[in-house]
Amino acid sequence: MDFHDEKPIYLQIADHFCEGILTGSLEAGSRVPSVREYGAEIGVNPNTVMRVYEKLTAEGVIFNKRGIGYFVSDNAREIILDTQKEDFLTREVPAIKRKMDLLGLDAKIFM
Amino acid sequence: MIEVKDLSFSYGSQEVLKNISLSLKEGNIYGLLGENGVGKTTLLTLLCGLKKPQGGTIETDGRKPYSRQPSLLQEQFYLPEEVSPVHERADAFGKEAGALWPNFDLEKYLYILSEFEVESKKRMDQMSAGQLKKTWIAFALACGVRHYFMDEPTNGLDIPSKMQFRKAIMKYTSEESTVVISTHQVRDLEELIDPIIILDKKSVLVNASLERIGSLLYFDYGKEVHPKALYTEQTPSGMVQVYPNADGRESKVNLEALFNAVHMNKEAVKSLFD
Repeated sequence: MDFHDEKPIYLQIADHFCEGILTGSLEAGSRVPSVREYGAEIGVNPNTVMRVYEKLTAEGVIFNKRGIGYFVSDNAREIILDTQKEDFLTREVPAIKRKMDLLGLDAKIFM
Repeated sequence: MIEVKDLSFSYGSQEVLKNISLSLKEGNIYGLLGENGVGKTTLLTLLCGLKKPQGGTIETDGRKPYSRQPSLLQEQFYLPEEVSPVHERADAFGKEAGALWPNFDLEKYLYILSEFEVESKKRMDQMSAGQLKKTWIAFALACGVRHYFMDEPTNGLDIPSKMQFRKAIMKYTSEESTVVISTHQVRDLEELIDPIIILDKKSVLVNASLERIGSLLYFDYGKEVHPKALYTEQTPSGMVQVYPNADGRESKVNLEALFNAVHMNKEAVKSLFD
């Protein structure tokens, strides 16, 4: 995996993981690789993968069955879409708006 | 768990380590960083029991490494920076030397060699430096020990081998193992090592997880110069600045910038982490 500098690696891995769910390569209900397995697969420290899993668990994208491992939630897709919409509206849209103001453009460009 | 307390070591009148204390916990892959000559190799050889502490103590699960009890030796592996070009084929070497480690798994050794694209039938003294290093790394990982001490393991490895090394470390060590890797090649090992230990002669400047480092320091890749920057570096793609993280924002930790920031502000960084 290649990483950029814009955010912490664990968030970039979480994004990559969520993309896998949105594109269907990771299905609802399927088992998520163990922390060590996933770490070995992408060449990243298990502590980092643990942070990814903790974040995704907190968001409800995956859940932990004690003693068995992590699984993709049934409504993972909806949760990810909601989170991404929220992120788009609160972060990207204001940035686009600032740039449009700066360049003297208005909403007509979207027509 | 390895506990180092007030460890001191000198070569003759030349003092190398002085009153070093740190603890190393299972399940972690530590990156040991430090300037040339601060004693990284000395510390590794002390941890594995090849040298005797002149002051202070080291305890590995309650045992002293220098007493060299077989029960501890069979649970640890020290991989020096320069490895021996054994006058034998790699497979034969594994069969013989592996007998010293009860958990050694010959099949696993041969499998890792194939993952590393090293010919197991080749004599080790006829291998290139990189192939020889990979053979030793494969052997070490096949020993299945709890404590790994590796001195500059990626030196001499080509680009694909570095990635193979990172994946192999993750795949063939476990939650029970403590791995300590000294390195100058932080770029080779970025994302593999966490926590990070930055060693200085008279003290351990940093011994912290990336999460903690990121909570204390902010790594700014933007274009505006920050007045409180501890360190600023121009890169081809822009700038990296390191400054105290005042508002809890999250950033990508850059180990090279971290090291330079620490190097130039030893006292300030140490008090930030204490």
